[in-house]
This record gives sequence, structure tokens and C-alpha cells, in this order.
Amino acid sequence: MDLPEEEYIYPGTRACAGCSMALIYRIALKALGPKTIITVPASCLTVLHGMQGFCTTKVSVLHTPFATTGASASGIVASLEDKGLDQDINVVAFAGDGGTVDIGIQSLSGAAERGTNFIYACYDNEAYMNTGVQRSGSTPPGAFSTTTPGGKVGYKKNMPKIMEAHGIPYVATAIASYPLDLYEKFSRAKDMYGPKYIHILAPCPPGWGYLPSNSIEIGRLAVQTGFWPLYEVIDGKFILSRDSKRCLDSSKRKPIEEYIKVQKRFKSVSTEQIENYKAYIKDLWEGIKSRIKEE
Amino acid sequence: MTNVKKDYQKILGSVQKPVKGEAGKTGSWSSKKPVIDLDKCIPVKSGKFSCFNCWLYCPDAVITRTIPPTIDLEYCKGCGICTEECPVKAISMEEVKIDE
Amino acid sequence: MNNAMEDATILTGNNAAAHALRQVKVGVVAAYPITPQSPVVEKIAEFINEGKLNARFVKVESEHSALAVCVAASATGSRVGTATSAHGLELMYEMLPWTSGNRLPIIINLATRSLGAPWSVWTDHSDFITIRDVGWIQFMCEDNQEIYDTNLQAFKIAEDHRVNLPVIVGYDGYILSHTMMPVVLEDQKDVDDFLPPLKHHINLSDISQVKGIDPVTTPHTRDRGSEGRVPGYFEYRYALQKALENSIEIIQEVHDDFANKFGRSYGNGLFKTAEFDDADIIIFAMGSVASQARVVLNKLRDKGLKVGLVSLKLFRPYPAKQLRELLKDKKTIVVFDRDIGYGYEGVLCYELKSALYGLKESPFIKGFIVGLGGRDVTNEQLIEGVNRALNQQKTEEISQNTEFLGLKLEELNDYDEATFFKEVK
Repeated sequence: MDLPEEEYIYPGTRACAGCSMALIYRIALKALGPKTIITVPASCLTVLHGMQGFCTTKVSVLHTPFATTGASASGIVASLEDKGLDQDINVVAFAGDGGTVDIGIQSLSGAAERGTNFIYACYDNEAYMNTGVQRSGSTPPGAFSTTTPGGKVGYKKNMPKIMEAHGIPYVATAIASYPLDLYEKFSRAKDMYGPKYIHILAPCPPGWGYLPSNSIEIGRLAVQTGFWPLYEVIDGKFILSRDSKRCLDSSKRKPIEEYIKVQKRFKSVSTEQIENYKAYIKDLWEGIKSRIKEE
Repeated sequence: MTNVKKDYQKILGSVQKPVKGEAGKTGSWSSKKPVIDLDKCIPVKSGKFSCFNCWLYCPDAVITRTIPPTIDLEYCKGCGICTEECPVKAISMEEVKIDE
Repeated sequence: MNNAMEDATILTGNNAAAHALRQVKVGVVAAYPITPQSPVVEKIAEFINEGKLNARFVKVESEHSALAVCVAASATGSRVGTATSAHGLELMYEMLPWTSGNRLPIIINLATRSLGAPWSVWTDHSDFITIRDVGWIQFMCEDNQEIYDTNLQAFKIAEDHRVNLPVIVGYDGYILSHTMMPVVLEDQKDVDDFLPPLKHHINLSDISQVKGIDPVTTPHTRDRGSEGRVPGYFEYRYALQKALENSIEIIQEVHDDFANKFGRSYGNGLFKTAEFDDADIIIFAMGSVASQARVVLNKLRDKGLKVGLVSLKLFRPYPAKQLRELLKDKKTIVVFDRDIGYGYEGVLCYELKSALYGLKESPFIKGFIVGLGGRDVTNEQLIEGVNRALNQQKTEEISQNTEFLGLKLEELNDYDEATFFKEVK
């Protein structure tokens, strides 16, 4: 409720009804403000920006091929630095999970390693949604996709951890279901210097198989079951976000079945896979507890 | 050397300028629209700047943060998130007659 | 203006390119090392380190990212240049039509190199020709002075508001890239005078004007009444093609301006000729092949053949009209390609044939493939080619089969891959 009034996206975009990415983008732009240049690869977000001639945002956007997001942001930053304008203008890359953890990982890694002063936001709807729900490296185990119709075998690539390993000043996870937390993270990132990475889980009604009105609730369940921990790593220091603190107590975590059973993409998940999820969440939170203790 | 631009010299790369309703009147996407029961709506009842979950969670920013909140039905896609997120269930989806 | 050779600096082709990028004051360079271009990148880093060039050098992690950084930096409003070779250029391929489609005035210096497989670091023109269909202006140089001069002209051409197109400046790997020649470097103030500051048509850095760049563009035009009517993909690509065709005029204009100011010219800016006017037989080639051909002209004339040379400088846009006018009354044209349009002929050969199509009495055109993978192009090969062409012309034998000069098949009678791996007893 405390967020600024000003909107940076006009109504009437091509985003699906109930698209959580549209909400993510709306909140993020409120934090970033008008002095922002956005770069977007091939993704659902490309479509939200509109077709030729007419766009939907009050900030400039550069559209680029799929693999190039980190490089494109590096180019914008370099040009602004050349012109002495880099202190005045935020450069923010917004890519999907496919464009980040798969095809875009090289250019992101390069941009991070070079210490590029930009924010990279990955909105993660856990598959190649724009092209029709094909699996990505970020698809969770057991989830249906058109290229894994029996459910994905394998794991979900832990991209925030990979970005932490680059030693960048800021890594965070977020979700639109906790918009104030999301807003704070973009605000904090905006005021830091260097590469900043924010990974935002983005429930997708057609891709995940639920009614559009449930986008916020599904995201909330992801956090409350402990599946999606909200945290920041600032200069290597781990900080668990307020809205995830409940999950430190395993008895306060909602059962993972509550999250899984309301999404049609998990319809063929076996009991064994659910046990795997439980073990995964248990290990995840043991790890978080020891990190907090170490700090 | 003439200074008049040839037809192709006026066209360079594909560019966009901002407009409202780029995808058209997206209100036409759904015949069900949210209706706010002002007797239940918290900011209306209290007269204070409060709640506004509907404004906060709307992915398309078609709800105003005013007392009372208003919904732009020309662009509301009928997703129903506002009905789910209203803490007092003041909003419900109702069939709305589409203007011809 | 520097005139005499006494003012020249001895430079490799790579360093000539690097000096040009320094003197045009590029704002952003994004480049990745690859043989034989790496010294360009190293030299630029050295210039920046020594304060001689005030540019941002983004040390990217691949060539695909290199051109992606260049595109973004150019769209944001900076003057941008880079360099690459062979597989680096091929890795950039996805970004090449993106650059021309967005009408960005980016310059790539291409130290030419053969494409694998097999792995080769030596020169031929295959990398240069593989990218001919994506909408870039392409020049080929014969010596290091030309590399420097063409770079200066390239920026002026690319940034001209009637052009707005990216440019490739090609030069043979090793033969020019690593060979030292005298190069006159002009005074900075003369370069500044010749090349005014960039006025970019996109310039995202000016955030007072919100722009979306390069969205999804449908087949149709789009009409939103009072908000405006915009082109479809077809119109954008029509504009690119027409701009390319029209750029020949500006290329010649800039070439002549440069000649007036700095006293050096390269034919008419599109091609150079030697011993041309009275020649019946023309050797047609570019780059290192053309410079080798210059040496055989007198040898052939001593044998009574009136041979001249056309060295192609502008490869794209293809100066078809001008070549047709130039060559229409010649009797024989012998084309030497240091490349192949695989599955058809040498690219220079069949493109020239197509430019001369429809003449009532067209010259006899014969093409040969030479020097792939860095195999030396020798006087003997060129003389052999001319003689073979003349023989085939006598018997009116028109053939589309590629003929290679300089192969060593006769030395390889014992080679058979099927038996190669068997142990020798």
C-alpha cells in the first residue's frame, strides 16, 4: 500500500489475464523510476511491450535476441559511461528463465564478471512460456511441459546460487505475491553499484495450470511451503527476508502438497517425487539455518 | 543534391512510442467483471487511506487508489485477482453486458 | 594533410585499423580475441591504458556478445567499432541482420581467415563472402594505408543520415594483418574535420524521449488513427535495401571528399583499375588476389596479351551498374575467387556474370578458385588461368564447373582416408 502512485505501464497490454510477470514489472518500475533504460530479450515480456509502432511503457526499451541480455545491458552501460550519464540512468535487464539460465547464461556471466553496473531481473515462470510451455533449466522436477510431457526429470538450476558464486554485490529472490518485499529489493539494488541479480518466481496461469485469479495465492504458497525462500545476499552476507522467516520452523511450513496439487502441471507427480520435494525443502532450510548461524 | 527525403529515407528501424491500450480494449477479453461492494470496502467504510489490496495486486493497474477505488472496465481483463486478494471479500465477478 | 612517405609510420594492417579506430574516437569497443585479429584488440587496450583513446572497452566473453554489446551501445548513442575474423564473424552472425535491420552505423574490421572445418588460421575470403546477404556495406582492402583510409571513410559513410548502415572493412589475414607497410596517419584535427561527431537517430541515452526499439513487427502496416500509422516488416526491409543501393552515391561522394582532403584515392571508390583502357582481357579479383595480379600484368603483356586488372573494393552493395558500364566492351574476363559459394561457383564470378546479363555481346567470363586456406596465390596460377580462359573462349566452352588452380593432388596419390589409420608395417 505504501508504494508510489505513479504507473509506468499503460493498461491494455498483451499480457495474459492474471499474469504475475505483469505485476512484477509494474512493481519493479515503480521502484526504478523514469530514469531507466530497459533491455529485454525474446520472452513473454517482449510481447507485453507491444508490436511495431506502439509500446506500453513510459521508459525506453531495447529489444534484443534471446542470448544477448547481459551483453546488451553491458553495451548500454558502456555507452552511458562514455557519455558521462551512467550515474543518472538505471540500466535494467529483464529476462525470463530460459533467457537467463539456459541460452542467456553466458552473456549474464560475462556481464557479472566484468562488474557491469546494472540490475538483472529474471522473472521465472519455470518454462519457455512464450513459445508454448517447453521445459527450461528452471523447470522444477515432475512438472509437465510440452517437451517433458511425463514430467521433468532432473533438477531446477539454482541460478541465484550461481550468481552468488560470481561474487557480485547483490543477489536476491522475490515474488510478486509479496509486492512490498519486491519493491524494497529493487529499491535497494538501484542504489548499489555493480552487478545486481534478482530472481523472481512468476506463477503463470496457462503454463502452470490454474485459474488466473489465483496467481497471487499460488505464489504465496510457494513461499509458505518453503519451496521459494525469499532472501538477499549483500556483499556475501545472507539475509533471510521477513516474509520467509516463518519457514525456519518446519512445523510452520505449509505442506508442499498444498502447492503442488493446485497446479495442473504437477498432475503426474508421483508419491516418490513428492517425498523428494519434502527432502529438498528440508535440506534447503537446514542450509539456510546454518548460513544464518554463521553470519 | 535535393533535400527532399525519398520514401525509404523516412523509414529506418522498427520503433515504438508509448500509447494506452496497445492491445486494444482489453476489457473485451472477459464478459465477467469485478464489482466492488462499497458497504464492505475498507477505505470506503473507514474514510481512511487503507488496504487498497485491489490496487496493489492488479497486474494491469486498472484499479485506482482512491476512495472509493474505481475499475477501468475498458481495460480490465477480468482475471479476478482483486476478488481473491480483497481481505473482506468486497469484490465479486459479475457477468457484464458487452456494449455492441 | 600528410603527404610524403617520410611522414609515414610503419604499421601492420591490424595496427592501421586500431589507429583508425583511435582517431575516429570510438566511444565503445567490444571485441573478443581471435587469430589473426587479436593485435587490433590488444592495440586498442594499449591506447586506452596510455590515455590515447578515451573509450569504454568491453572485454566480452564471446563474439556473439561482442556484437550484442556494440548494438546496444550504438542504440544508446555511442560511436562503435570492433574487429574479428572467420569463426568470430560466424558466431556474430545472428546479430548481423539485427544490426543492419536497426540501421546502426557500426564498423567491423575483418582480418579475413578461412572457415573450418578443417581448422585453418590462414587467409581466404570465405568469411568475408558468407555474410553478403544480411545488409552490411562491405569493403575489401589491398594494403595497410587502404585499411586506415577505408576505416575513416567507413564511419563517415555509415553515419550519413542518408545511409545509417553498418560496414565491414575486410583485409587479408597475415598478408596484411601482420605485414608491416608504411601508413600515413593524418593529424587528429584533420580527421576531426573530416568526420564530425555522431548524431545517432536512436540515441536511447536521451531519456526525455521514450522509445521502444525493435519490437515484434508484423507483416502488416499498423494504423492507430490519430496516434499514427507505421510500416510493416516488408517496408522496413525495403528501406534497408534501398538505403544500401543508394549508399553507392554516398560512398563515392565520401571517397572523393577524402581524396580532395588527404590526397589519396582508390579508383572511383568502388573498384580500382590497372592497365585498363586498351586491355581486351581483364583479370577481376579483390584483396590479396588483386594485388598479386598486378604483378603478372606486364608478364602477360610481354607475351602479347593485352591484360588489365579490375580490383573490386566495394563488394556490397554490389556496384552492378557501374561494373556493367565498365566491362561491357571487354572481350574476356578472368575472375579469380579466393572463396567459393559452395554448391555453385566462386562468388565474384557468378555475381559478375549476373551483373553482365542481357548484354547483346557479353564478355566471355571464366572463373577460377585460388588460395583457399592460405595456399599461396602465385604468378604461375594466374597466368595459367588467363591462358585456360582464352582457350575455352576459342572453343566457346562455357562451363559452370569450378576449376581450382594451385591444388597438389598429384602429390597425394597414396592418400586414402579409408586406409590412412592402418599401421604402416
